[in-house]
Amino acid sequence: MPLTPVESGHRAVGQSEYLWTLNFGPQHPATHTTLRLVLKLDGERVVDADPDIGYLHSGFEKIGEHLDFNQYVTVTDRMNYISPMANNVAWHAAVEKLLGIELTPRCRYIRTIVAELARISDHLLCVGAIGLDVGAFTFFLYAFQQRERIYDIFETICGARFTNSYTRVGGVSHDITPDAIEKIRAFLKDCPGTLHDMERLLHRNKIFVDRTRGVGVLSREEAANRGATGPVARASGVTIDLRKDQPYLAYPDLEFRVCCARDGDCYARYAVRMAEMWESLKIVEQAIENLPAGPFQVGPDARVILPPKPEVYTTIEGTITQFELVMDGHGFDVPCEETYAAIEAPNGELGFYIVGDGSDVAYRARCRPPSFIHFAMFPHLIRGHTLSDVVAVLGSLNIIAAELDR
Amino acid sequence: MATIAEIVEALEESGDVVATSTFRGDTRVVVLPERLAPVARRLQVEFGFDMLIDVTCVDYLQYPGARDRFGLVYSLFSTESNQRLWLRVFLNEPDLEVDSLVPLWESANWMEREVYDLFGIRFRRHPDLRRILLPEAFTSHPLRKDYPLQGRGERHHLPVIERGES
Repeated sequence: MPLTPVESGHRAVGQSEYLWTLNFGPQHPATHTTLRLVLKLDGERVVDADPDIGYLHSGFEKIGEHLDFNQYVTVTDRMNYISPMANNVAWHAAVEKLLGIELTPRCRYIRTIVAELARISDHLLCVGAIGLDVGAFTFFLYAFQQRERIYDIFETICGARFTNSYTRVGGVSHDITPDAIEKIRAFLKDCPGTLHDMERLLHRNKIFVDRTRGVGVLSREEAANRGATGPVARASGVTIDLRKDQPYLAYPDLEFRVCCARDGDCYARYAVRMAEMWESLKIVEQAIENLPAGPFQVGPDARVILPPKPEVYTTIEGTITQFELVMDGHGFDVPCEETYAAIEAPNGELGFYIVGDGSDVAYRARCRPPSFIHFAMFPHLIRGHTLSDVVAVLGSLNIIAAELDR
Repeated sequence: MATIAEIVEALEESGDVVATSTFRGDTRVVVLPERLAPVARRLQVEFGFDMLIDVTCVDYLQYPGARDRFGLVYSLFSTESNQRLWLRVFLNEPDLEVDSLVPLWESANWMEREVYDLFGIRFRRHPDLRRILLPEAFTSHPLRKDYPLQGRGERHHLPVIERGES
């Protein structure tokens, strides 16, 4: 049968008789989480893909309208659960922008350190999963060994391994201890070796390169037009990085490079992520060696941090502050305004649009999830490639369904 | 390269701007719903806002002192000049329709579908305006303020799909 090119719009595709429909997911090991793709196949070639999402929709934005600014941080953990620390930092960056709170230098450094460790953890999972999906199982184990170390560090810092909920309005929940600093130093010493090993395993591995080079190409114009951010945009030559372009936290003080590539294919996205881990290690090292002394939360004058318990029980000021902050109808001093703040999360621009109505519960807590915007490009990236490339493209976009559906 | 103040001034001169405001350095420009697409096109072509970062909506039903029911928020970003600008459009019932921006920015596609899904705002000339997060059979728009947090029991009454009709 002669093959004729098929129009890309999926309405027209349905008419063609020789096309097969393949249901990919929602329960499939290569989707990593719960998402579904309806693929139209011409033999092995994907003619069109129709993503069907929403399996993990749990109304996080609606919940955000009912939990106060400190409570909601627990929900942000569950968005991109691969790097919950970055979500915590993003959420409170937006809240503090709305409230007009200036963080202490120590807090800014601590948040930078945890956000960068989260980036390494996220990238390790992402590149490990690409490797796993295209057949490099060993590579995945190298990545996960180091991720485990990061979980240990987070456990030492805040007591939780997975759902950290580390930040608070005006600071973080616990100060970083010498024990945690020692663990981070040990990790910084150890991780480069593993990264070298990983690069040697996969960078020039023929099977891996053949399966990712030239697959899922996103041009520079398309990347911008389709709203790509983070490693996906940088792999296509859009040189945006909020850490450099709109510096926040301690990034203006620290030296690092923005890693970019031109090709815009799966290999470029993998390579950008690998390169970014080196830069993140550099950032963490600088931040941990120059960690400023001083308080890790804003002072009592800002009226956002609960005072220490001995103060609550022994001083009248402490009692009053505690009372004001926890009683209904008191709490934070929130303007009737709206604001958007974004950070460079591992996956791209993670922003929150918060509407304040005077109470300490957000009137609207919109999350701008990078996974959602990146997954929208998926049909465009996969058209014309083979079925086996689906997992490579999916892995290189690093779709986290909990963030995708919220 | 035009600064945000110059861009706002240029838009005001052409009479498209209803109001502007600034909060913590972010500039918001309110336009009429029917002028949204032309203003967006002008911002994209003339002032280089090549990225539509976010499309979202706020339901002002219970907001203190609000006059309009829905407010759409378009976050624009320019990779060239590294500037951000927020476009606001206010809508009231029963006319919950506004032009789609998919012809200008492809990224609007899913974000507008999400706004349609959760707020019930329709986008004219959207190529594929279906529900995205919620099932097709869902009847309400849950991020509206008159929708209860616990839902209205829809989850318990979803139709059961047989294998043959899936």
